[in-house]
Amino acid sequence: MPVAAIKPYTGEVKDRQENFHGAQLLYVGWDQHLMFCAPFCFPFPPTMRFGDVVEKALPPAFGYHPEFAKIDWSKAQWLKSGKPWTPDFNKSLAENGLKHKDVLRFKTPGLTGIKGSST
Amino acid sequence: MDMKVKKKLGLKERYGLMTRGLGWDTTYQPMDKVFPYDKFEGIKIHDWEKWEDPFRLTMDAYWKYQAEKERKLYAIIDAFAQNNGHLGVTDARYINTLKLFLTGISPLEYMAHRGFAHVGRQMRGVGPRVACQMQAIDEIRHAQTQIHSMSNYNKYYNGLHAPRHMLDRVWYLSVPKSFFDDAITAGPFEWMIAIGFSFEYVLTNLLFVPFVSGAAYNGDMGAMTFGFSAQSDEARHMTLGLECIKFLLEQDPDNLPIVQRWIDKWTWRGTRVLTLVGMMMDYMLPKRVMSWKEAWEIYFEQNGTALFNDLARYGIKVPECVNQTFEDKEHISHQAWATFYQYGAAADFHTWMPKPDEMDWLSEKYPNTFDKYYRPRFEYWAEQHKAGNRFYNNTLPMLCQVCQIPMLFTEPGDPTQICYRETDYKEEKYHFCSDHCKHIFEHEPEKYVQAWLPVHQIYQGNCFPEGTDPTAPGFEPLPAVLEYYHINHGRDNLEYEGSEDQRNFEAWRQQATKN
Repeated sequence: MPVAAIKPYTGEVKDRQENFHGAQLLYVGWDQHLMFCAPFCFPFPPTMRFGDVVEKALPPAFGYHPEFAKIDWSKAQWLKSGKPWTPDFNKSLAENGLKHKDVLRFKTPGLTGIKGSST
Repeated sequence: MDMKVKKKLGLKERYGLMTRGLGWDTTYQPMDKVFPYDKFEGIKIHDWEKWEDPFRLTMDAYWKYQAEKERKLYAIIDAFAQNNGHLGVTDARYINTLKLFLTGISPLEYMAHRGFAHVGRQMRGVGPRVACQMQAIDEIRHAQTQIHSMSNYNKYYNGLHAPRHMLDRVWYLSVPKSFFDDAITAGPFEWMIAIGFSFEYVLTNLLFVPFVSGAAYNGDMGAMTFGFSAQSDEARHMTLGLECIKFLLEQDPDNLPIVQRWIDKWTWRGTRVLTLVGMMMDYMLPKRVMSWKEAWEIYFEQNGTALFNDLARYGIKVPECVNQTFEDKEHISHQAWATFYQYGAAADFHTWMPKPDEMDWLSEKYPNTFDKYYRPRFEYWAEQHKAGNRFYNNTLPMLCQVCQIPMLFTEPGDPTQICYRETDYKEEKYHFCSDHCKHIFEHEPEKYVQAWLPVHQIYQGNCFPEGTDPTAPGFEPLPAVLEYYHINHGRDNLEYEGSEDQRNFEAWRQQATKN
């Protein structure tokens, strides 16, 4: 049973995409960089170019980290829902197949965090 | 003529008349209609008379005991307030633990009151009904005495002004709030296992002992006294929880798997909520009582093991999630403080980095983890702060759908990697901090799809003051959200060093001790 209740019951999905005024949610985490305590949650239009996410939205979010400026994005490895994934920077989120509440992680080999502590 | 003197009632007779004797079976309406909620969870009760009340407390005696405790408590609270007791605490950082308590815990006492009042009404057995009624009154008393004893601090310090308002809105308070909302929207038996057993019996020592001893160690007589005043009630609550679980298990063998699932669920939900207490113990008390890890070992591992050994004869097993807690106890307090430190703009209390000697204390208490994983992070932040570049994270975090904590917990076996779990339900994705939160969701997805996740609510535009136009040019979301939270930006929040609380406390203490 999908819920214990006194009669058949359907819950209201609080976070369906139409509640976000045209945006969809995208979660982004930087692996082995725990200075940022948790992955970030962003509301982006599905038409947004993926390159703009990396070039415009990520710097204010991750830029405090001294290694962020050193990232070579051509070598960054991406994971979507934990599986290897290759973005096309010139295509939109939708064209890249990203749906509402998808989660991306990126790995930056060679960058090991503050004093190598994965911070 | 001889007077016929009626014999005074014995305790047992009195108890019988004042509890069991007050119940009756309805005749105008079927019992199932009068008590509609005590069957749908699948729990089978054959004989409510088998309920044993270990305390045999009757209402008249209850009032007498409680009134006596109230008189003592308020005498001490008054003395504390009249003597400016707040200036006797170790330093003003301590007061932030009270803010956390007042916003995160006291409103839950009130929720516990509502829950027990509700459940007391729904049980058709009169024994548990009376016991729940007393606990409901205890809980509202706890909420009141906590608010009264902390209200004195509200006259002098920031961030204590709106606990009830904040509970329904502020991002981190959705963690304790959703915990109780989950319990109170379940059936009456799950509530009893969730709050009566898992919370009151298994976990309450980890909540009260750290706060109350923390108060004692840091010179806060007021908070210490309400703790002691609640303590004798807690003993009764623990016994009620334990009696309830034994009663359910003895009534029918089919109850065992249901009860086991509830114990698994609520032990995990409870340990997640207690992350806040861990952080308080290790980082917020200027004078520490013991480390979170030590408290966990004493109050959970040792006491909890004894309890589960006792329940083994009914077929109850130690919840699987306990294995993860053996590892988590070395990490969660540091991970939580790192989170509050960086999101310090959006909390109603101050945050800071531990001083060098406090970091050494943490190294000593956490020899396996602190220096390796957390010290470099904290020293870096402390250096940056000194250089005028104090870290504030201004981008909202991803949250767990069930415990609602930001996804700050690391992968079991790898403290360098955030733990990600997800599932699809009705073509919608849901994310979790752990296998255990994921399992809870998967068992009752229709419940948790409704979670009011603060980050998502902000993005949906539901967390601004009424009349706000988020599409207006130059709109800044953070100040609007803080206004909605009733957090006064620059006074209640941000760094402790240089805060109004810190300055005032120092100035007032100087006045009190010097000419």
